[in-house]
Amino acid sequence: MERLLNVTTFLSIVLVTMVLFSVRRSHIRVEYSVSWLAASVILLVLSRSSFALNWISRQLGLADPPLALLLLVFCVFVIVLYRLSVIISDLKDANIAMAQRLAIVEFQLQNRNED
Amino acid sequence: MRAASGPDQLLVLIPAFNEVGAIAGVIREVRSVLPEAPILVVDDASTDGTHQTARSAGADVLRLPYHLGLGGGVQAGYKLAYELGYEYVIRVDGDGQHDPKYIPALLATLRETGCHMVIGSRFQDGNGGYTNSVRAMGIWFFRLVLRPILGKPVHDPTSGFVGVNRQALQVFTGSFPLEYPEIEALVVLQRKRFQFQEVPCRMRPRKTGRSTITAVKSLYYIFHVLLGVFINVLKFERRRKKDSPQE
Repeated sequence: MERLLNVTTFLSIVLVTMVLFSVRRSHIRVEYSVSWLAASVILLVLSRSSFALNWISRQLGLADPPLALLLLVFCVFVIVLYRLSVIISDLKDANIAMAQRLAIVEFQLQNRNED
Repeated sequence: MRAASGPDQLLVLIPAFNEVGAIAGVIREVRSVLPEAPILVVDDASTDGTHQTARSAGADVLRLPYHLGLGGGVQAGYKLAYELGYEYVIRVDGDGQHDPKYIPALLATLRETGCHMVIGSRFQDGNGGYTNSVRAMGIWFFRLVLRPILGKPVHDPTSGFVGVNRQALQVFTGSFPLEYPEIEALVVLQRKRFQFQEVPCRMRPRKTGRSTITAVKSLYYIFHVLLGVFINVLKFERRRKKDSPQE
């Protein structure tokens, strides 16, 4: 169990570092980094606090705390991915509407120039 | 292309993606049937010079900045037609499958019956031959699914040879399915209590190129459209419950 917790600690630190670097380089916007940072901090806290992990596994009725950790990691990342799907869908809708508007404005400008 | 000059004016809309081999012929055919009607080709970012060919053939071209897919292109055309004040829009595919000689029949049905949408149906006079077997099964399946939703049978729910009036145009400027739009568009209109009619017509094999819906894609098509239909039904049922006073 200790080895697994060390691995998840390492992964969460890598994730936090990656996200912060990406935000600094403007590869990820601050508002979209929040979900990833929250997810990795939760992972870090649970990996380092056996009290929190044991408490959660008891609440979930799981005898094995690492299993609770994996379940939580899975849930947190599913939520993050769901949130990103919502954002991508909104962006796609906005992008399509903008492309259509651009084409219509170009069309009307061209017509006006030809007149 | 100018704004509609009269209250009853028709626009012929031709969505096209890489149809350089067929587009000029389609425009000429439409012209021969309706010499006065404005023709708008929506070029969905073709890479083969479709827009130049269409312009040379005498059509107006609405050129999209990048490939949006069939629904995105058709909706762009609907938006422009609505803004320019057109009363009726009839969509003819750019691959030559739809015979423009049926446009007057579609237009007459729109005008005379007051329905909001008219579908050129290849199955009402027994000419449904130009489709693969998987697709034919898909059409049969969707007839069954749509029958209770629409409240009446629809023979050719996947036909892209459709005409709409201004009320339907207004709805579609706000909400139009982006992929495989034909079936979902029917459900969108039905949920608003709009009416549709079918007009028998014959369709031809495409003149050039290949259909984007292959036999394998047909399965994805069925799943995608089925999901879209149910989402639309749920969406409008929820809205209807919200809108209706306590019964």
